[in-house]
Amino acid sequence: MARISLTVDGVRYADDIPPRTLLVHYLREQLGKVGTVVGCDTSNCGACTVLMTDPDGRARGVKSCSVLAVQADGRAVTTVEGLGGPDGALHPVQRAFHEQHALQCGFCTPGMIMAAVDLLSDNPDPTSEEVREGLEGNLCRCTGYQNIVRAVLAAAAAAHETAPATESSAEEVAA
Amino acid sequence: MTATVSEPEVGRARRRKEDARLITGRTLWTENITLPGMLHLAILRSTVAHARIARIDVSAALERENVVAAFTGADVKDVQGSLPCAWPVTEDIVMPGHPPLAVTEVRHVGEAVAAVVARDRSSALDALEAIEVEYDMLPPVLDMEAALADGAPLVHSDSGTNKCYTWVFDSAAAGTGSDIAEAQNGAEVVIRRRYIQQRLVPAFMEPRSVIVDPTSNQVTIWSATQIPHILRVMLALITGEPEHRIRVIAPDVGGGFGGKLQVHAEEFITYLAAQRTGKPVKYTETRSDSMLSAHHGRDQIQDITLYARRDGTLTGIDVKLIANMGAYLGIVTPGVPLLGAFMYNAIYKVPAYRFECTGVFTTTTYTDAYRGAGRPEATYAIERTMDELAVEIGVDPLEIRRRNWITHEEFPYTTVAGLTYDSGNYEAATEKATQLLGYAELRAEQERRRASGDRVQLGIGVSTYTEMCGLAPSRILGALRYGAGGWEQASVRVLPTGKVELVTGSSPHGQGHDTAWSQIVADQLGVAFEDVEVLHGDTRVSHKGMDTYGSRSLTVGGMAIVQACEKVLAKARPVAAHLLECSPEDLEFTDGSFRVRGTPDAAKSVGECALAVFAAHNLPDGIEPTLDADATFDPQNFSFPHGTHLCAVDVDTETGETAIRTYVAVDDVGRVVNPLIVEGQVHGGVAQGIAQALFEEAVYDADGNLLNGSFVDYTVPSSADLPDIVSDRTETPATSNSLGVKGVGEAGTIASTPAVVNAIVDALRPYGVSDIRMPCTPERVWRALKEARS
Repeated sequence: MARISLTVDGVRYADDIPPRTLLVHYLREQLGKVGTVVGCDTSNCGACTVLMTDPDGRARGVKSCSVLAVQADGRAVTTVEGLGGPDGALHPVQRAFHEQHALQCGFCTPGMIMAAVDLLSDNPDPTSEEVREGLEGNLCRCTGYQNIVRAVLAAAAAAHETAPATESSAEEVAA
Repeated sequence: MTATVSEPEVGRARRRKEDARLITGRTLWTENITLPGMLHLAILRSTVAHARIARIDVSAALERENVVAAFTGADVKDVQGSLPCAWPVTEDIVMPGHPPLAVTEVRHVGEAVAAVVARDRSSALDALEAIEVEYDMLPPVLDMEAALADGAPLVHSDSGTNKCYTWVFDSAAAGTGSDIAEAQNGAEVVIRRRYIQQRLVPAFMEPRSVIVDPTSNQVTIWSATQIPHILRVMLALITGEPEHRIRVIAPDVGGGFGGKLQVHAEEFITYLAAQRTGKPVKYTETRSDSMLSAHHGRDQIQDITLYARRDGTLTGIDVKLIANMGAYLGIVTPGVPLLGAFMYNAIYKVPAYRFECTGVFTTTTYTDAYRGAGRPEATYAIERTMDELAVEIGVDPLEIRRRNWITHEEFPYTTVAGLTYDSGNYEAATEKATQLLGYAELRAEQERRRASGDRVQLGIGVSTYTEMCGLAPSRILGALRYGAGGWEQASVRVLPTGKVELVTGSSPHGQGHDTAWSQIVADQLGVAFEDVEVLHGDTRVSHKGMDTYGSRSLTVGGMAIVQACEKVLAKARPVAAHLLECSPEDLEFTDGSFRVRGTPDAAKSVGECALAVFAAHNLPDGIEPTLDADATFDPQNFSFPHGTHLCAVDVDTETGETAIRTYVAVDDVGRVVNPLIVEGQVHGGVAQGIAQALFEEAVYDADGNLLNGSFVDYTVPSSADLPDIVSDRTETPATSNSLGVKGVGEAGTIASTPAVVNAIVDALRPYGVSDIRMPCTPERVWRALKEARS
């Protein structure tokens, strides 16, 4: 067993785990973070994408099926469940996915949203072409990607405004 | 507090109710569910295409830590039954046994041979390595035509043949047209082509997952399925578990595209594991498992012959298909080509038509429905050959279609295949599409680039498709020997506070039923969109249903909702009259309330009636105190979406590389409930059709190994591979249902594949290229050019 301690969605955890445990399995099975899903076994689909801090503390998108949980020791991980604000406020990318109908079955959505957040942190003002290239590690079978691209561009545009897009809650979206 | 509805909900681009959970990770995929005491199942699969199982031994697996049970097909052969095929298309169809776990023989790579049940998934997977299997190899059977030849090795030796069935439609025999022989004899022009519909993988993003819990009075099955109701019936019929003691739940389901329209081995193996251990058992497939064992789609050889006059007028269509069943028959495997049989004549007026399909067994993963199921294949063949006819006659591809299509004044129109198209306007959709594309300008550009010998040539592809969907009138299904009906069920419950529960028998997996159904109910009952909750996918709540496939949810399920709402209003009317102290005949239901004619301020909403019924203190005599109603709707006809898709492609004549420059989709899906959802369906459908044209093919080697059994090499397109689509609509309401709707789930996939390939061939026509086998990869395009040049 290997000892790890890390922060996931703002909560500190410490666990003894089999060294071969993948980060995605640790998240899902040990922490109950089942919002992050597994869509393939070859790191092609990106459904399991989460943000993990690098040694410099910068959050980067990683495919959590391709990271051992022990590699997350001492790091901070953000999943789709921890992306919004503490008061339930949606992240601008989440809101844009809803507004632009960028999801259908929703299975790829957690990974797609996290990959989009990662993309926008690297390139806050991408072109449509850059979004398509930037998300090519995440597969979606439902949407044809067009509305996903639209959503990412909309989130980028919203970030440049002072519009209160981030303040709407999940409950408002439900209504 | 009478509700007033200012704007109809139907037609609004409502953002989806489903999204709030899905974008925040609050989801209930089957794989997310953990039950007390739950065990985990892993399945050992055949590594060979065809063999007798000489020896199989699970005893070493049972010695492993955490392993609770292990069993083989031989261990369960008396109780496992045979997986169902509900569509025996002919009387003499060969229907071999389809054991969930192979007993004596394996017939495709990936077939399940043994199961391990353990405390955790890792232990179960690890223990698979301890199972010993020895195979006596048998010859693989892979080539469909060779499989039909005398003396071919047999997939099922006891059948004596690899032929599953031959099904024929002949317009002369059916009385729907003349004899194809007449067309053949009198033909001035003959276009004869062979097209290969490559094998595809549905590739839903959520892997299949199933949990069986035997610890309550009802056995509960959670499954990532499109068909919870059909699964329940089939489990009862096959396992002997009484139907009323089975509860099936399809929780959040992550895509299907026909791939989860199946009652599959893993559901039964998990059931057997739960029965044997007395514990809840979960199985979730890996993607590699899924590629090998979940059913595939397409895989047909199409020989199509058009007969025509010199002016391009069609006189007959003759189609001969060979359809790959794979090793076994799934729930509707033999029927998939038949769903195309009625569509080869497409939107065209054809006097004579003959269709013959032979199903053949091979040692490959079995095939079954994949988005469009039979109709994409038919549409591809006819739309490809119409382009070839245009070339032969020397007219524009649009002109050859104009000379043959049914004009909008001619509806309703009974086709040579015997279907009655209720409505359509092919001229309008085509006009709109050509405007959006800038068809004339692109043709002019194409001329210039041809003349200048541009290395990158421009091609323009046309697809004027229609399809039959809204499956389906039960009587027609019966006539086609399908085992079930095509109706759908809805229940409406008006709660005392005026909120509404709508129970639907269709079972969504991304289609947005919660949203669209709320819009329909809101308009029907005069309640707010937010006040409707849509319930589905649990047989304890939704006790009846025919589930979701064949673009049927709205056309059939939506009509069931309308009828249930009408029954609710009929129940509420005397209550409202009583409250308003008038006669029921004096009331009209307008603006969301019952109103006294001539005194519209005297009004009662359905919610107010529901509260009165709840209290039941003051009701007219003989009134049953409920506003709940059930309705089952059986359609009288299919629906016939249509449209015109145009594709402009740049083709590099040196490298074979293709790039879609513009893709225009004008679809006529009738009245639209939610334009946002419709557009999304078109985008996704077109993407899957483009994927068949350009990217995807499941390839077997000579030994019967699936060469691209993962997402590494089975090339589901990414965002970088696909273009933006220009999507627009014409709206010709269906006349066969009161909503005027036609369905949109499959339209994009059916339309787009021939549009893309026609464009590529069009670009290369001056080089002598008249066909390219799908998927049109750069290599295939390059080779086609090389062959044509030499």
